[in-house]
Amino acid sequence: MLSIRTDVRGRDGPGAEMSMTTVGPLCHGVGVPPAIEAEGLVKRFGATTALAGASLSAAEGTVLGVLGPNGAGKTTATRVLATLLTPDEGRALVGGHDVLVEPHRVRSLIGLTGQYAGVDEALTGTENLVLIARLLGQRRGAARARAAELLEQFGLTDAGGRAARTYSGGMRRRLDLAASLVGRPRILFLDEPTTGLDPASRNELWGMVRTLTDDGVTVLLTTQYLEEADQLADDIVVIDRGAVVATGTPDDLKARAGAAVLQMRPTAPEQVPIVARVAGEVAGAAPTVEQGTVSVPAGDEALMPAVVRRLDDVGVRLAELTLRRATLDEVFLALTGHRAVTQDDAKEAV
Amino acid sequence: MSTIRDLPDTAAPTVRAGDPPRRVTPAQWAGQSVTMAWRSIVQIKHNPSELLDLSIQPIMFVLLFTFVFGGAISGSADDYLQFALGGLIAQNALFLTIYTATGLATDLQKGTFDRFRSLPIARSAPLTGRILGDVLRQLWSLVVLLAIGVVLGFRITTSPLAVVAAFGLLVAFSVAFSWTSVLLGVLARDPEKVQIYGFTVLFPLTFASNAFAPTRTMPGWLQAWVSINPVSRMADALRGLLVGGPVAANAVATLLWGVAFAAVFGPLAVWALRTRV
Ligand SMILES: Nc1ncnc2c1ncn2[C@@H]1O[C@H](COP(=O)(O)OP(=O)(O)O)[C@@H](O)[C@H]1O
Ligand SMILES: [Mg+2]
Repeated sequence: MLSIRTDVRGRDGPGAEMSMTTVGPLCHGVGVPPAIEAEGLVKRFGATTALAGASLSAAEGTVLGVLGPNGAGKTTATRVLATLLTPDEGRALVGGHDVLVEPHRVRSLIGLTGQYAGVDEALTGTENLVLIARLLGQRRGAARARAAELLEQFGLTDAGGRAARTYSGGMRRRLDLAASLVGRPRILFLDEPTTGLDPASRNELWGMVRTLTDDGVTVLLTTQYLEEADQLADDIVVIDRGAVVATGTPDDLKARAGAAVLQMRPTAPEQVPIVARVAGEVAGAAPTVEQGTVSVPAGDEALMPAVVRRLDDVGVRLAELTLRRATLDEVFLALTGHRAVTQDDAKEAV
Repeated sequence: MSTIRDLPDTAAPTVRAGDPPRRVTPAQWAGQSVTMAWRSIVQIKHNPSELLDLSIQPIMFVLLFTFVFGGAISGSADDYLQFALGGLIAQNALFLTIYTATGLATDLQKGTFDRFRSLPIARSAPLTGRILGDVLRQLWSLVVLLAIGVVLGFRITTSPLAVVAAFGLLVAFSVAFSWTSVLLGVLARDPEKVQIYGFTVLFPLTFASNAFAPTRTMPGWLQAWVSINPVSRMADALRGLLVGGPVAANAVATLLWGVAFAAVFGPLAVWALRTRV
């Protein structure tokens, strides 16, 4: 299995070097050890294998996106790393501490926003935050001040005195995120933080995550959406059925899976096989044909003009030519060889 | 570049510097438990129906039993109250332990428990805090029951110390019995299921006792059970402590029942918390 080691990084800068090596993630190189590293995690629930030997690693101050369909094992992995669940096999270090040997130390360093909002709905926003601050040993005055500061930061000041039960989904998520930040964690776990949020709230949350990483916080974020991982993550781990099927930077993965898809429909339907053959040859990937339309992964920008030129040479006229973004489904198909669970399936399973 | 990287970089944040402590101290545990208890009490503020449960329901039980059944059972409502209040207090204490289960089930269902478990606090603090909060609920209910009793003519014929002892016995048994509630909360994971399962057990347990009626007229097989039922033993102990009568044997029996419940359900509840959460 491949692992990614990113020693120094800037989001897009030259420091974002990436090496594909077979060195296990638990072998430290020179420099700062990764904030999160897990190797060979296995977790079974009865007959279900939720984690089948997953390994991952996040350098300090970066965002690691864990991308996978519903049931892939994202929550299970997060819970293992957040010391909530004991793995059957494998090892995990968080902040340099083994989650099994020194769970209390790990808990002192992390913040967790679980898939299901962990706020106490019977308490107000302020009380929720004061509760966490008091549990972390802050004095009453300091706790109230920290609560007020976070409410302000998350735009909840006006709602601070209302029971969280009355909050909208987006407000509850924000309060949940605020609660996980009370102790100023160095490492933050966000399990599907934007699932079920409207686009505006989602964008807001993305902005908050970026602010955190600017402050040097390491974030592990799970998501079902390629776009979200693309927007936020420095590195992405794609998991499927409990195993890592691909790792890399967003650009790297998109290049492998076909960031974009070139779609062509010839004017004459009988020319579909010719289009498929030509496009396949030029793209160097298997084309898919559906209802008279040929699609190929478009790895780089030069593909479209190249294909168009070749088709022109063989006398094919196109009625339609589109370059569109790959869907998560297509990325999955490319990476795993089988289709990802669709959104509708995901909703039913929830 | 390499020369720069070899130098210790003091500006960079490092989680290694000043490792956090490995575990909590007993003082921290106590503080965390009190904070958790505070939370469970503040919840009442935003959920007035719970305050009604804690006040109106016991008052209603006292009124109904005294005026509907009192005369028929004891000849007069007055005599009945003198007999039944100890039983009503015992019954109410048992019903209150359901709060431990509903609270826990809600926390498990909503993910609040996960949040707590991800914090650097004592593993047991959510539980001890919950139980501490429930003890305060017990105290509140006892005060409400005694107050309505006195208003209706109940006379405490013993001493204030005996009343304190009654509260102590109530709390000791309730806390021990709470382990069944913890187990129920973890296994059910749903406050509504907790209510259904909980009262399915609690109704027969409390009513097949001498809490509300003397055993004389019950069939023999029932009398056999009623005489050993922990609710009967506690009701008798409370009667002894409030209006006089034998205390020691009943109190010991109540406490032994408590020990038995804790010994059986305590380890089961801990096992459930370890494996099912
Ligand atoms: N407590 C549990 N008991 C039984 N099966 C579980 C439990 N938690 C997760 N699973 C199963 O493990 C698999 C992975 O689940 P999960 O980690 O929640 O995936 P994801 O978060 O990626 O949707 C799923 O098949 C799920 O049904
Ligand atoms: Mg999940």
